[in-house]
Amino acid sequence: MTPALARFYRALLYLYPSSFRTEYRHDLTAAFADRMREHSGPLAPLRGVTMAIGDVVPNALAVHWEILLQDLRYAVRSLRRTPGFAVTAVLVVALGVGANTAAFSLADYVLLRPLAFPEPHRLVRLWEQTPGYSRMELSPPNYRDWKAMATSMSGIAAFTDDAMNLVGVGEPRRLELTRATPDFFQVLGVPAFAGRAFAPADSIDAPVLVISYPLWQTQFGSDPQIIGKAVRLDGSPYTIIGVMPASFRYPDRDTQAWTPLVLRERDFANRSDNYLDVVGRLRNGVTIARANQEIGGIAAQLERQFPKENEKTRGTVVDMRGDMSERSRLLVLALCGATVCILFLACANLASLLLTRAAHRTRELAVRAALGAGRERLIRQLVTESIGLAIVGGIVGVGIAAAALPMLARLVPAALPTADRPSLDWRVLVVAAAVAVITGLAFGVGPAIGAGRSKALEALRSGARAGGGRTQRARAVLVIVEVAASVVLLVSSGLLIRAALRIQATDPGFRAENVLTLRTALPLSKYETTAQSGQFYDRVLEGVRALPGVQGAAYMTGLPMVMKGGIWPATLVGDAVIRSEANSASLRFVTPQYFSTLGATVREGRDVAESDAPASVPVAVVSESFARRMWPNESAISKQFRFVFASRTVVGVVGDIRVRGLERESEPQVYLPARQVPDGVFGGYQPKDLVVRATVPTETLLPAIRRVISGVDAEQPISDVRPLADIVASETASRMTQLRVLEVLSAIALLIAGVGIHGLLAFAVSQRSRELGVRRALGEQAGSIVRRVLREGMTLAVTGVAVGVFVAYLAARAMGALLAGVQPGDPATLAGAAALCLATAIAGCLRPARRAASVDPITVLRGD
Amino acid sequence: MQFDRAEIDALLPLPPATFHILLALVDQERHGYAIIQDVEARTDGELRLSAGTLYRSVARMVEQGLIAEMTKRPAARLDDERRRYYRITPFGTAVAKAEMARLSQLVRLARARGLTPEPT
Repeated sequence: MTPALARFYRALLYLYPSSFRTEYRHDLTAAFADRMREHSGPLAPLRGVTMAIGDVVPNALAVHWEILLQDLRYAVRSLRRTPGFAVTAVLVVALGVGANTAAFSLADYVLLRPLAFPEPHRLVRLWEQTPGYSRMELSPPNYRDWKAMATSMSGIAAFTDDAMNLVGVGEPRRLELTRATPDFFQVLGVPAFAGRAFAPADSIDAPVLVISYPLWQTQFGSDPQIIGKAVRLDGSPYTIIGVMPASFRYPDRDTQAWTPLVLRERDFANRSDNYLDVVGRLRNGVTIARANQEIGGIAAQLERQFPKENEKTRGTVVDMRGDMSERSRLLVLALCGATVCILFLACANLASLLLTRAAHRTRELAVRAALGAGRERLIRQLVTESIGLAIVGGIVGVGIAAAALPMLARLVPAALPTADRPSLDWRVLVVAAAVAVITGLAFGVGPAIGAGRSKALEALRSGARAGGGRTQRARAVLVIVEVAASVVLLVSSGLLIRAALRIQATDPGFRAENVLTLRTALPLSKYETTAQSGQFYDRVLEGVRALPGVQGAAYMTGLPMVMKGGIWPATLVGDAVIRSEANSASLRFVTPQYFSTLGATVREGRDVAESDAPASVPVAVVSESFARRMWPNESAISKQFRFVFASRTVVGVVGDIRVRGLERESEPQVYLPARQVPDGVFGGYQPKDLVVRATVPTETLLPAIRRVISGVDAEQPISDVRPLADIVASETASRMTQLRVLEVLSAIALLIAGVGIHGLLAFAVSQRSRELGVRRALGEQAGSIVRRVLREGMTLAVTGVAVGVFVAYLAARAMGALLAGVQPGDPATLAGAAALCLATAIAGCLRPARRAASVDPITVLRGD
Repeated sequence: MQFDRAEIDALLPLPPATFHILLALVDQERHGYAIIQDVEARTDGELRLSAGTLYRSVARMVEQGLIAEMTKRPAARLDDERRRYYRITPFGTAVAKAEMARLSQLVRLARARGLTPEPT
């Protein structure tokens, strides 16, 4: 055998476990050399290399495998003897892995997973930007110009929400509809599941409808002959030409059908009427930055061209994946942060458990070492055990995650255009497995190496006591980490609880209790004029107000917190129309009694009245903030301003209403009488929401209200029946879910930290019973020993609290947007969290301290 | 010497390499390479143990108590000090016999069914 081949063979031997290699290295080399002596010739070295590889690789694997089986058998036997340890360790890992798996599934679903479109990274949303509004829909003329001028995109399509009444197929039903330009499906790149999606050739003259998969299943019973069927929407015939696949949920998950949006010349008249949502597909290779640059240039050019309407109007292009609110993103990220804390805690506790176990097993390990097991074999045995525990914990953890996911699904923003719910898939499982194995490895190796240290073993062989200072120090660090992680979790959930309380305490500007809302959207085909719809409102309101228990009823456009838009510029008569936040107001049409029904206060002047007729002077009721802004320091009554194409006279001032929800500042509001809606202009603003205040439980009124409405128009569907209180509550629903999750996680954290402190001190006391016994024998009082142990525990706890408060402050600053104005360094929350942690620490210290004090010096000294 | 029947049965059937190594050590103690050569000669070159396979088996067999390392070495001039010699233990002999009985029983069963081996 050539020296080179011998070296190669010896190098290969490193594939064997070191115990085996140490034992048989010489024999293996000798046998291999003997073998090679049988071969000669020019090909002998090559043959030698293949023989060496063929010999060593499979056998080394086999030896490893055999050792693994042996170690596993041993681990099972040894864990069976200590079921308490085994169950605790598995549960600790399961909590860590479960929480993280669930959080990752959610984060993956909300933030990472590609949307269900072909080449989703090329899909973007386009928005106008005006001062105060970072994302504003486009007006039709701007849309037309952007589309004509942009070269960075292969397609741009617009859409807008609508709803129509489906009559004639079962119960009358309200359809959530998207009107989209004919190239909509082409831009998204999704073909129909059955039939076809509409294409640029379809126009409004031949009204066609594409329906969603769920609608096809529920309303049409999965009818295979659906294509070509005619249905009536708002009284007009539509032909169903296609069914979209189940995975297609765009623009949001509630969309039930799509119909072509054909923009006519008159739609392009107003550059300030922003209602088009716009989606685009980037050309291959074009970056978002470049598209942004181009749209910016186009917007600037249009501003020069239309200095009045497009004043300060910019454009922005955002990745469709990232087109969600900062809050939705933060909710998920905060959850991930919390679960990482839990993982830290779980790992620290696992390490702590393993350290204790290793210390308790030193005698057993010493015996095995004495019987010839090498250090590497002992370490390997311990690591196999910890990884085994981690894997079992991981499996239980995935079960926990699967159980927790349905609850977490409520944190998914409704606007996310993906199908159904987050689920555990192979990627999530890979992450879970990795977390489990890394936990087992990272936190099993340290204790194993510590236990396998030859010094430790030497000490044992000579019969010394177990557990060196190093173990104690390692555990002390772990306790500090545990306390710190608990503080972070407690502070975060404390701050979020305060934020939620503050939000819930926000005055919405109305009283939501005992108010029922429902929608009767009148089809334009049937109610073309304001007089026609006015008759409907009058008759319904008259009937509803006559019902026993009803205090008030009114119709209006777009309920607060449901319809957040409808923003128009308002100016003093004679001023130029400038689009900016400084003169925006939200427009609502209302019938008389709206304010009293909603419980909003009329501060000055009067409500909208029956006498505000189409022919009389256009009047308006405005909110306090509007009045203050337009006419500071004077009464607004009888003042005039320009708003939506007419000059209006203020007849009343009412309290402000949080139109945009509890967490956002809202524009001032302007209310116009429903009777003064000009015919055929404000289709979308027609009052359609009925609000009813009652002294009886509102749900008991519903059958009677239904009878009243069907008495007026039997074909009119009723939709969106909801108590107003539910609408307000849903504003904080995702927050509440997140809080609940955080509360559970904090409780777990606190528990784990308490157990950690208790475990450490109990261990330390048992290790030092001899020292404590000597101290007692020398006359130290029990009280003094208790104080000594308490001091030791509390030093760690206080250090952990200090670290935790610092980290918590940084974390709170990062999630500032969720805190609704609560300061990240809120002293009450920080103090509360610190106190709670310290109390837990004291509770954890008490038992070990009592044990320490009750050490009997005689027994201990006799033991020597 | 009597051995626990269950202890022996737990090891049966023996892997072929293990059985051959036991056979190689029945008449005399040998070092590793000598075992390889003996097995090869007895099987007409049919079974060539690689060094790795041999020592993997040896390690396991030592642990199972089938063979043992010699503490007494052959006379110095016959010895190569790198090598270790192995001998079969009484337990190893008992296990080899049990395996032999198992195999003959199998062969008897096959013959009773009228099966005869193909002439080679």
